[in-house]
Amino acid sequence: MEWKRKKVVYHKKKRKSEDFVAWQFLLPGFSGVCIFVLVPFADTIRRSFINNVTGKWIGFTSYQLILSNQMFLLATKNTVRFFVISLPILMVLSFLLTIVVKKNLPKESGIRSIFLLPMAIPPASMVLLWKLFFHEHGLLNKIIMEHGGRAMDYMNMDWAFWIFVGIYVFKNTGYTMILWIAGLSSISEQLYEAAKVDGASKSRVFFSITLPLLRPSISMIFILSMVNTFKVSREVYLIAENYPHDSIYFLQSIFNTWFLKLDMEKMCSGAVLIAFVVSMIGAFFLWIGRDERK
Amino acid sequence: MKAFGNTKAKKKWRKRKYNRGVMRRISVLIQKLMLFFSVIMILVPIFMLLTGSLLGKHEAESLLSPVLSKKATGFAQWQLFPLYPTMAGYVELLLDTPEFFIMFFNSVKEVFPIVGFQFLIATTSAWAFARFQFHGKRILFGLYLLLMILPFQVTMVPNYLVLDKLKLMNTQWSLILPAIFSTFPVFLMTRFFKAIPQTLIDAGRIDGAGEWRIFFFIGIPLGMPGISSALLLSFFEYWNMIEQPLVFLKDVSKYPVSLYLPNITTEQIGLSLSASVLIMAPSIFAFFWGQEYLEQGVGDSAMKG
Repeated sequence: MEWKRKKVVYHKKKRKSEDFVAWQFLLPGFSGVCIFVLVPFADTIRRSFINNVTGKWIGFTSYQLILSNQMFLLATKNTVRFFVISLPILMVLSFLLTIVVKKNLPKESGIRSIFLLPMAIPPASMVLLWKLFFHEHGLLNKIIMEHGGRAMDYMNMDWAFWIFVGIYVFKNTGYTMILWIAGLSSISEQLYEAAKVDGASKSRVFFSITLPLLRPSISMIFILSMVNTFKVSREVYLIAENYPHDSIYFLQSIFNTWFLKLDMEKMCSGAVLIAFVVSMIGAFFLWIGRDERK
Repeated sequence: MKAFGNTKAKKKWRKRKYNRGVMRRISVLIQKLMLFFSVIMILVPIFMLLTGSLLGKHEAESLLSPVLSKKATGFAQWQLFPLYPTMAGYVELLLDTPEFFIMFFNSVKEVFPIVGFQFLIATTSAWAFARFQFHGKRILFGLYLLLMILPFQVTMVPNYLVLDKLKLMNTQWSLILPAIFSTFPVFLMTRFFKAIPQTLIDAGRIDGAGEWRIFFFIGIPLGMPGISSALLLSFFEYWNMIEQPLVFLKDVSKYPVSLYLPNITTEQIGLSLSASVLIMAPSIFAFFWGQEYLEQGVGDSAMKG
């Protein structure tokens, strides 16, 4: 009798599918996500291509409109500018702080948590101090005038942009530092020991061991910090209210304008556009931070 | 070894050692200064708010009105310590200023349901991602991640469409419902749930516990640090909501207290410092209550699950 050669298939031992159980747990959250985000977002996409009053298909007209809209372009430019400037500053400053804190402040003493305090101070409370200092009639101008300088309305000049960069950095440095510390702690001490034995210099250790192994953390820190740049709109509203200066005119401001006028096409196409760009950036950084060790 | 040999080399070596020692001492000094200034910069605002809130209404008003009211002239001033500290500001704010009180209560009415429901919704979702394998898991988690990073400008439009259809605009629910299903806490909690040793779960299964019992009696208790830190971060996030109320609420009477200061009236300017402290108080209390979890929880989000 000819024994048929049993085809040897090398595959993972097939687990009993846990789909049913898993979805029991997922259902509450996911249905909410569907109802409040996914399904309406599909509707948003649809609406970006039609005239919301008549229902007629208008194709990319709305997109063309907003991309030639001065205010939208200004808001986008400012948002990008803010992102490109604040993020590196934040990441470098927080990293420097991390090194200093890691060496000098022990974890057990709990003193590191002080750096998380700015996160707990509501912008609503801080705004009073920001105004006190940076307003046209505020303390900064007062000090400047007392020393013979000229008072300037900082909130209505280009300086306003930099003030908010400062606010962003102030608020997030502590938080970002904790993220760095966690990332650094995940690198095993043995690697550093081995490098020391091999006689590697400090900079060599940094560039060949620390930095590459920090890649997943860097990407996550980047993403989280990006999320926080969008939140600066809060402080902008609190300080500058409804009429922010050009240099601090961010995306939220123009969406507020569109919302007041119920300009659905613009809002929808704007939302889709931003979603697309942010997703691409996010996906890019997630890809960079993929952990190849797994 | 440079110990022996000609004295010129020895002197040079000693000088290099000395310079290195000096440089190290300078670097340590710089580090300590850095830390000192950072801490000062964090504590000064809190200190200013606290002392300022004791100033007394009229004094505070005269100091602040140049920057808060549209009509005042002159410059703002500041006083390091109040001459006549008084709690009158707090008393008036809490007992005599209905606007503040109503807004404060609105915040409470919004934030506590949000955090409470997030506890139920996010923990279950995170548990699924952490402990089970299922089809589409990676895609779904990626989607949740994506939703997490989308700014409000993107999510506000879909939210508005649904809320409008459900006739929930201009109600507290318009703020609560979208927030409950936020994917950020899911992301944070997943990591913690993943860290629970499988042996404990297996022990539960051997004892015949069903999946839900395992979740309630093993998962949640052991995951408490992660859950607490996630909910704490949510608390900070929603206690300070600005954009959502502005868009979804029309009546100022429904605003949360985070919007109190932009809507402050001229008579209340003198109370603004006390108001700032009162707005800050729950946040600070929550911070100290969850301090030990916070650091660990925040740190874990740096390590992609």
